[in-house]
Amino acid sequence: MTQWSGYFGLILQGALVTIELTLMGSVLALLMAFLAGMGRLSRFFVLRALATAYIEFFRGTSIFVQLFWAYFVLPFIGISLTPLQAGVLALGLNVGAYAAEVVRGAIQSIGREQYEACTALNLGRWQGMRHIILPQALLVMLPTFGNNAIELLKATAVVSLISLTDLTFQAQVVRAQTGNTLVPFTTILIIYFILALLISWGVRSLERRMARGLDGVRA
Amino acid sequence: MEWDWNFVWEIMPTLIQGVKITILATLLGSVLAAIVGLGIALARRSPNKALSRTVGWAAEFIRGTPLLVQLYFIFYVLPDIGILLPPLVAGVIGLGLHYGTYTAEVYRAGIDNVPRGQWEAAKACNLSARQTWTHIIIPQAIPPMIPALANYFIAMFKETPLLSAITVLELMNQAKSVANTYYRYIEPITLVGAFFLVISLFSVVLLRWLERRYGKIER
Repeated sequence: MTQWSGYFGLILQGALVTIELTLMGSVLALLMAFLAGMGRLSRFFVLRALATAYIEFFRGTSIFVQLFWAYFVLPFIGISLTPLQAGVLALGLNVGAYAAEVVRGAIQSIGREQYEACTALNLGRWQGMRHIILPQALLVMLPTFGNNAIELLKATAVVSLISLTDLTFQAQVVRAQTGNTLVPFTTILIIYFILALLISWGVRSLERRMARGLDGVRA
Repeated sequence: MEWDWNFVWEIMPTLIQGVKITILATLLGSVLAAIVGLGIALARRSPNKALSRTVGWAAEFIRGTPLLVQLYFIFYVLPDIGILLPPLVAGVIGLGLHYGTYTAEVYRAGIDNVPRGQWEAAKACNLSARQTWTHIIIPQAIPPMIPALANYFIAMFKETPLLSAITVLELMNQAKSVANTYYRYIEPITLVGAFFLVISLFSVVLLRWLERRYGKIER
């Protein structure tokens, strides 16, 4: 009989890699989202153009192609990345581009009167953004960020194709060694689903926490 | 390593072959996703609680797990129970099922957006359930959905490189085989990115047009 416990350990190791990738990718994505999202709203043409180019490029091409490009083409121009670095880079930049539009939309959804109030209170552009606009916009962004994080989690499966030992890769290893396909793949599907549920649950509770004390303020 | 235009022209016919398969997979996948989505949306509205709950959970599960793993599942697990699918068919089924769970939400929103008064008027005019759907609800619900549906079809187009993992000879796979034959990665992978960018940018223009043409909800 096959030693399922050993194989299960292998899959758990893969789960750790997947979680690591998701976390690091999310951090990079969040950073890029705020940079590019606020860049699109900038007063300066150059910043707007840069942010738009970044967003359109990364939303316009496939994550898979971006990953391969980072892993196979960058070494030729002198930048060698480990699979993990390439994975985090591609995932973070790709999801960051989608999330940047969320940031932009959320900031624009804040009513005009809030900006006018900032001016009336003699707050600078940065002060108004930091203390008035962003705290309100963050709450609007949060649910969509949750969806983006789940998209990122699902996209991590792709990194198995550049030999990173994530869940999907380990499932392939188990499949190759045992000849059994059903068990490893069903297991990882369930693990992915549980991770996705955890993310959506986490984001929902974060949203509740942040919305506390705002009853009646928001429609 | 230098960019070599001669090599680009040499591999172009192979890549064009791949583009054709990519587009074919996207079109077939879109049709399937449109049908599956409608099926899921209708099943979730069904008065039969067991049916609507089961379908709801299944859709949630498919949406929460990576497409790549689902493709592996369809391509490697189904043959164990005697269903042997050609790669392209397996890929199209995977794309259609995965994106069907997304389009289902679009249908749901579209149907919910038809004002209550329309349902009541249909009842008042003594139309049967079937007549109400085909003559009153669907014709009003479909046009506002079109941009959102097209959005998902573009997203699907960008996911098609995943099909290369189950040996479909689409654009990415052609590029990889070319790259492995000549051991030159810069041109093929960059060209794949360029192809995707160009087609995506065109589809964005198409999408904007669709939004102007159908996007407004008349009240």
